[in-house]
Amino acid sequence: MNSHADGAANNPRNPFAHVEAAGWGQGLRTLTRITYMNLRHRWQVAIAIGSTFIAAALQLLIPKLLGQAVDQVRMGEGISGGTVEQALWTSALLLLAVSVLRGLFTLAQNYFAESVGHHFAYELRLACYDKIQRLSFSFHDQGHSADLITICMLDIEGVCWYFSTALVRAVLLAMLIGIGAYMLLSTNLELGVVALSFVPFVAWRSSRTQLKLRATWDELQGRLSVLGRVMEENLCGIRVVRAFAAQAYEMLKFERVSQNALALAQERADIYARDTSAMTFSFFFAMGLVLWIGGSKVIAGEISVGTLTTFLTFMTVLQMPVRQIGLMINAFARASTCGSRLFGFLDLDITIKDAPHARPLEISEGTVRFDNVSFAYPGAENRQILRNISFQARKGETVAIVGPPGSGKSTIAHLIPRFYDVTGGTITLDGQDIRNVTLSSLRRAVAVVQQDPFLFTTTVENNVAYGDPWANEPRIERASESAQLHNYILGLPAGYKTVVGERGVSLSGGQRQRLTIARAMMLRPSVIVFDDSTAAIDAATEQRIRSAMRRFAKDRVTIIIAHRLSSVMHADQILFVENGEIVERGTHEELLVKARRYEALHNLQTRPRDDDGAN
Amino acid sequence: MSQIPDPESERKGVRDGTRPPRAVVGSHRIEDEVFGRAFDKNIVRRIWAFVEPYRTKAVIAVVAVLICAGVQLLIPLIIRYAVEHAITPGSRDGSALLAAAGAFFLAILVNRVASYMQQSVIGKMVEVVLFDIRRAMFGHLQKVSLSFMDQTEVGRLMSRLQGDVSSIQEFLETSVLSVGDIALLFGIIFVMLWLDLSLGLLTLSVLPVLFIVRMFWLPSARNAFMAATETNSATNGALAEAIHGVRAVQSMDRQQVNFLLYDDKAHANLKTQLTAAKYAQVMVPIVDTLTGLAMAGIVLGGSKVLNDRIDVGVTIAFLFYIQRFFDPIRSLTLQYSVMQRAMASGKRLTEVLDLDIEIHDRPDAKALSPQMDGSIEFRNVTFGYDPKHPVLKNISLKVSPGETVALVGPTGSGKSSAIALVHRFYDVQRGQVLVGGYDVRDLTQESLGRQVAMVLQEPFLFTGTIFDNIRYHRTDVRRDRVIEAAKAVGAHDFIVSLAGGYDAPLGERGGNLSLGQRQLISFARALVADAKILVLDEATANIDSYTEMLIQKALTKLLEGRTGLVIAHRLATIRNADRIIVLQNGEVIETGNHDQLMAMGGLYFKLYNLNYASFDDLAEEQLDITAQRGGQT
Repeated sequence: MNSHADGAANNPRNPFAHVEAAGWGQGLRTLTRITYMNLRHRWQVAIAIGSTFIAAALQLLIPKLLGQAVDQVRMGEGISGGTVEQALWTSALLLLAVSVLRGLFTLAQNYFAESVGHHFAYELRLACYDKIQRLSFSFHDQGHSADLITICMLDIEGVCWYFSTALVRAVLLAMLIGIGAYMLLSTNLELGVVALSFVPFVAWRSSRTQLKLRATWDELQGRLSVLGRVMEENLCGIRVVRAFAAQAYEMLKFERVSQNALALAQERADIYARDTSAMTFSFFFAMGLVLWIGGSKVIAGEISVGTLTTFLTFMTVLQMPVRQIGLMINAFARASTCGSRLFGFLDLDITIKDAPHARPLEISEGTVRFDNVSFAYPGAENRQILRNISFQARKGETVAIVGPPGSGKSTIAHLIPRFYDVTGGTITLDGQDIRNVTLSSLRRAVAVVQQDPFLFTTTVENNVAYGDPWANEPRIERASESAQLHNYILGLPAGYKTVVGERGVSLSGGQRQRLTIARAMMLRPSVIVFDDSTAAIDAATEQRIRSAMRRFAKDRVTIIIAHRLSSVMHADQILFVENGEIVERGTHEELLVKARRYEALHNLQTRPRDDDGAN
Repeated sequence: MSQIPDPESERKGVRDGTRPPRAVVGSHRIEDEVFGRAFDKNIVRRIWAFVEPYRTKAVIAVVAVLICAGVQLLIPLIIRYAVEHAITPGSRDGSALLAAAGAFFLAILVNRVASYMQQSVIGKMVEVVLFDIRRAMFGHLQKVSLSFMDQTEVGRLMSRLQGDVSSIQEFLETSVLSVGDIALLFGIIFVMLWLDLSLGLLTLSVLPVLFIVRMFWLPSARNAFMAATETNSATNGALAEAIHGVRAVQSMDRQQVNFLLYDDKAHANLKTQLTAAKYAQVMVPIVDTLTGLAMAGIVLGGSKVLNDRIDVGVTIAFLFYIQRFFDPIRSLTLQYSVMQRAMASGKRLTEVLDLDIEIHDRPDAKALSPQMDGSIEFRNVTFGYDPKHPVLKNISLKVSPGETVALVGPTGSGKSSAIALVHRFYDVQRGQVLVGGYDVRDLTQESLGRQVAMVLQEPFLFTGTIFDNIRYHRTDVRRDRVIEAAKAVGAHDFIVSLAGGYDAPLGERGGNLSLGQRQLISFARALVADAKILVLDEATANIDSYTEMLIQKALTKLLEGRTGLVIAHRLATIRNADRIIVLQNGEVIETGNHDQLMAMGGLYFKLYNLNYASFDDLAEEQLDITAQRGGQT
């Protein structure tokens, strides 16, 4: 792991890497798409942009008014009379009015610009949520969860600030700098040029800094997440660390990744410090020049003191927006990278979805049938996982599938609810090809009890009733009783209302598996598949679950995938799968007589050298 | 033909937009307290202890900040000087202008150096301090008692190490800057009053207004901001749940319901975000109005020029000050909530740093030599996590060098505690645990750990390569020893079949390997550690029969030539042991080999005759009882 971090540290960093990576063309397309989506909030956009224009114009009026007032004060010197005083009153009231109005329009500009962003974020969130729920298992199998979290949290945020921090700000800056420059240059060309001389430098410098900081930010996050992982693994594996008395080694590991992150964090602090001080300096430098040259002009009588004041205040007005050019460029770059990742995700194809004319599944007998089914994972088509699998199970029957690890037994379970689509052959339920019925009806009809079930952080009863959130309490309790979980739940601090899961009471592997069995029963499925889902339950309890479920099983097809023979020997039909093919089939007794592989497995599981004899 | 058992009535709710009674997404997270008291002397002192080593730098930073504030104050004064002495009609003076410009350039040069120093020194120093704090906490966690670590969620500790440390960063950075803000604020007030007392007072009269407005604004604004943060994290939590639980959601067809519920959350979030935006923006027109008022006041005050009291220069200087006037006030009020947050975080950090360390090396602790005989002895040991409820009661047992002893007994009998004591994870309440003839409390923990290798029930792998994981902390061990160890435990074959072989990167916690394979790697790790004594807790989870065979063989190999104390679950392991010790309720009730114990007809005989492949198959009921007890405490 250290090699990763070190490798990254040795790479020369290119601050524009992310921009180049996105490609200008694609980046532009992304920005257009974001802009277009923002424009749908027509009224808010109009108010925001309109207010921006007005606020910028008002802001530019202030230096003008101040300069005028100073000249009035100047003129008033030595002269007495009501005219000057009246003019001053007018200026003062105008200043106040303009300030108030500017404040109000800035409020409108900021609020509505943010509001557009928040509405946009809301829409994107829903879109992402929907997409996550629709994307097929083959997508989620690739272990994207960390990326998805980034996309759904950071990328949405990066994109939703685009309108206020990039688009509106661009309008504002263009107005301020454009009109400001025009006003200055038209007042006095020479002094105007001097006053504006800092603009290109600061604009360039701040853009460069921001892009550099942005690029190093990604890098820093990477290093910090390495640090986070080292700490987290240490804490999770603290028993291993203590068992090997490896604290010194762990501290060294921590120190190395920590220093690695620290070095970059410090470098960033330095980039920031260097550039801001340079920008401030160039601004003040231009101001000093204006003071000097403008002062000479006043002495020469070319301009008034008021004009000089206008110039100087103009510069203070322009200082902030010019610095913000960098932030704006950064916002564009951020929206472009975040946006391309986000749209890349939202535009993904969903492989498993309802066929155009899909109809709800209709169950009468509930017969499950595999006809010459073969399967390979998407993207690994030349590696056949299943070949020519054919079998049939009727209502009330139990089919068990056994075989060595990696033989493909679990895959069979995953094909029935269409977590994946077969690559050859057909699976039918009461004669209907599962690809021609709606996914929703299929998945309600087929319940898979998973090996490592996911518990939602909520009460036990909500977890049991996950597939049927309208269920009443007696039904939840009945299912829990059948799964041999009821007594355990009653012993919990708040009974059925106890919060379990990641942030609640943690359940043991066996308890989790029993909870999912109860969960599956709540669905009242036509087909129930146990995918190695009793491995962590002891044999005696499993036996009790089986007898409790006897009535339940009478009305449905049960498919059991297991490696413990005691779980499968009562099945009506046992399939022994090896390398994706069914190599032996029959009942327990039949197989013990005729089947070599099944017998070998049986011998493995009975006691070695046991003279009492197994069973 | 009947519809699948999915009554229409149940689904109707979704279409109506009503929410099912039992459905939630993204359950509520229990958040830590966000804001503490604004100032807590003890916490500030603790944080200061980390800054202390860098106090020269801190002083430099503060001086630089003050210089910057000084220059900000000086610039309008220079402009005023220029206006007054160089360019007013009465006194047009080129040399005065030159002097003013010279002073100006000098001031900004000083400013440039000071502002670089300020930001660079603060930025770098704060980073170092943060890493020091984090290192201190992490190092401390390496020593605190295991029972604390067992009871504490790793996520909670991680949020101390990451989130809380970051709020200290914000605090440190802004506190130096707020020194500058305060200096600037008082400087401006002072200079304005000095330039012209009555005009200064006139201008300053807007200040109390701002303070009062902010006083009313702050509490409700903070609530709005907190609500926005809360709903945002609730929405994100629901999203994360959707990502992690996607298989469960899809297989139970909960998408529609969940989408509705998520929409509720996202919409509530939209609302709180908009409210927060309103609160944030409402200050803008207020500050602008006050600025406008002050400017108008100065312009009008300027008419006093008519009475020949002040001049244009002062007016201009005032106008400049007013534009800077509100910045420090704004950032200082923000600083207030930063401080509150930092105090709350600081409190949690010090809680971690103050955790008791129960196991210390004695000052005269000896190193356990690798030449020791490898015996283990318990002499009248009494031990309990809670001293009132001993888990082990007056236990005595001895494992001779080279012997393998199996510990068996129902859950809660004290097996795990016994092996934890050999490694001195905890100290006994009474009696003694001896390793190689020495009381473990007289030995250094480091040397004890070197001689007692431990394999845990749950194999734990670190991110990195397989090679890294087998070698682990023995960085002195060569590659061929690692391969040798892997071969010895029968892991070599599957390792070389992976892409990359020994250098194959493991997924998170070895997620790309099966449980059995991870177990074998942890065996290899123990073999490389090459300790005289091996303490082992056999895995209980049901591993498929094929891998189990491999593990059984590896175990034999691992115990060869070592003293072994094994918590055994499988009958095969038990029967291979030299001696079996049966524990019940913290007491040794039977000792002997398989045949002797069978002949005794006691608990072992009963357990054995229940005819399961593993002793664990018995324990589930008892396990339930102990789990419930654990859940209540």
